[in-house]
Amino acid sequence: MSTGSPDGAQRSPAQREGPGVRATATEKPHIPAPPSGPVGWERGFSIGMLHDMLRVRRMEEKCAELYGQQKIRGFLHLYIGQEAVAAGAMRALAPDDELVATYREHGHALLRGVGMRAIMAEMYGKREGCSRGRGGSMHLFDKTRHFYGGQGIVGAGIPLAVGLALASRMQRSTRLGVCFFGEGAVAEGAFHESLNLAALWQLPLLFFCENNLYAMGTALRRSESQPDLCRKVGAYAIPALSVDGMDVVAVYEAVKAAAARVRGGSGPIFLELRTYRFRAHSMFDAELYRAKNEVDAWKLRGPIHTFSARLKQQGDLDEQAFQELDAKAQAEVADAVAFAEAGTLEPVQDLLRDLLTAPGDA
Amino acid sequence: MGRTISYRQALQEALREAMLADSRVFLMGEDVGCYGGTYAVSKGLLEEFGADRVRDTPLSELGFVGAGIGAALGGMRPIVEIMTVNFSLLALDQIVNTAALLRHMSGGQFSVPLVIRMATGAGRQLAAQHSHSFEGWYAHIPGLRVLAPATVVDARRMLAQALADPDPVLFFEHAQLYNMEAELPDDDGGPQGSVDICSAAVRRVGADLSLITYGGSLPKALQAARELDAEGIAAEVIDLRVLRPLDDATVMASVRKCRRALVVDEGWRSVGIAAEIMARIGEQAFFELDAPPARVCSQEVPVPYARHLEEAALPQPAGIVAAARALFGKAT
Repeated sequence: MSTGSPDGAQRSPAQREGPGVRATATEKPHIPAPPSGPVGWERGFSIGMLHDMLRVRRMEEKCAELYGQQKIRGFLHLYIGQEAVAAGAMRALAPDDELVATYREHGHALLRGVGMRAIMAEMYGKREGCSRGRGGSMHLFDKTRHFYGGQGIVGAGIPLAVGLALASRMQRSTRLGVCFFGEGAVAEGAFHESLNLAALWQLPLLFFCENNLYAMGTALRRSESQPDLCRKVGAYAIPALSVDGMDVVAVYEAVKAAAARVRGGSGPIFLELRTYRFRAHSMFDAELYRAKNEVDAWKLRGPIHTFSARLKQQGDLDEQAFQELDAKAQAEVADAVAFAEAGTLEPVQDLLRDLLTAPGDA
Repeated sequence: MGRTISYRQALQEALREAMLADSRVFLMGEDVGCYGGTYAVSKGLLEEFGADRVRDTPLSELGFVGAGIGAALGGMRPIVEIMTVNFSLLALDQIVNTAALLRHMSGGQFSVPLVIRMATGAGRQLAAQHSHSFEGWYAHIPGLRVLAPATVVDARRMLAQALADPDPVLFFEHAQLYNMEAELPDDDGGPQGSVDICSAAVRRVGADLSLITYGGSLPKALQAARELDAEGIAAEVIDLRVLRPLDDATVMASVRKCRRALVVDEGWRSVGIAAEIMARIGEQAFFELDAPPARVCSQEVPVPYARHLEEAALPQPAGIVAAARALFGKAT
């Protein structure tokens, strides 16, 4: 076994050779070709999708900048690189589907319809935030959007989605439970218990596993005895499908088809959305666990520029239109930041409010 | 004229009444259906309400408690039964990190109207892993309401109020109480009667000593009070009934009157409910005390199997009497 690292990154032996390591640091991870080919959508729909991804990207780039200025504090987990998943999924779901997401949920919240102003104000800890400044980056909530957070414990949101789907079933509603989580959650008991319950009770539930290959710094192959997630899920008798999560077209079509099937009474479906996070896990992450050239290789598959290129190729987009779209996203971000800056701090005497439900406020 | 029923029967009637009253209410847990409930509390409900509303679950405490939270968010009124408090540790993350926090963390948007019932306590020679009293742990958590019905009337009446509460309620049924029988008055002032889920109850009036307890220790405290009577010590017995939020007013009114306080708690001595009650007495009634507050708790050891050792590990009437005598400077 070679002890060298192809990228020259400094790694300790422990990082390189943990127990159960199947791949050595010299093994080249397989990275598929960038998404390509014609986009079979109406132009307006495609442009909307591109705009969605740009809004998330520009908002989060600004968040990173604001974090550096200490305007945003606490943990900040950026979604940059994974935007195609939230963008494709949100447009394929119904407005009253019940959504649960993780602490890397800025994109999900925004594209679910939570206002960028309310999200940014939340990042600032302001009263105008979507959780009144009580949640911050990891805990964005919006009841009107059926958006149940913003769950900070890995895997813990999955049973919630089971219950939301169960309620829907018992009420004979058509709404779905929808749960986004990362591949790290697959090692949690909550994941397995939830798959079993959902399959046993044939609940209207969509499991969206965003596989970005790293649970913080632990690669999937270093943490799972069976790294093929669809095979793992197959043991629960749940249909499972892998989708290129960097391709917004593939995501949208897969989610749309899966949602229709589940709404039709198929029982739960699991989608593995293969994606990649371009930024660090959080703002405290020195990224010792992956090589820069791996990140660069994945960036060639970036969801925004590959989708733009495809639209340009078929004449649905030109550079000027792209710039205008981008400028629109950036203007929205500037407006959201101004809103957050002008936001107010909740009075300290309100500290204890909303712990329990006030009479008449249930 | 009332009728005499058991604590178990009282709970069963309360469940049935709740399910008849509100179609959103359903019961979910291990062996609640076909088996009839581990403690036979839900016997007959599956036949009456069907498998959708009396829902047997796999052994997945984390999963089905989380699903209960989700169903509550989705507009249902679930009653989740965790077989015993011992297994609730498997669901601790969902109870503490989700149910208790969600409302505040979301800026007041999401209430979680969930009731979680579980058996608690020791005394049946079930050894260390099946004899815990962790209700004090849960009483530590802001965002939860923690109930411990200790009488047949409370068992019959508290569930409806727990279900009416828009926030998560933990409902602790001491396993030693299920067979206890008492008369249930039928002129108890309507469906909820004199019962509420906010206040402690005075179970026995006295003037010399406040005996403060809850749950499975209430019968022991009442027995001790009867023995103390023979010695001329009139003990007032306070049943906390609600472990969070604690009803300071009822406790302090009794302590100010009796000027001596003894807390009886089946939980371990350190950092427990008894410690909290004593601290509050110290904060609020210090200058009205004639003696330092005292407590009788479980010995700080895993609860052993052997009967004589288990008895020695748990609060017993004799130990309560002895501790009470000591408060009056009498030999123990």
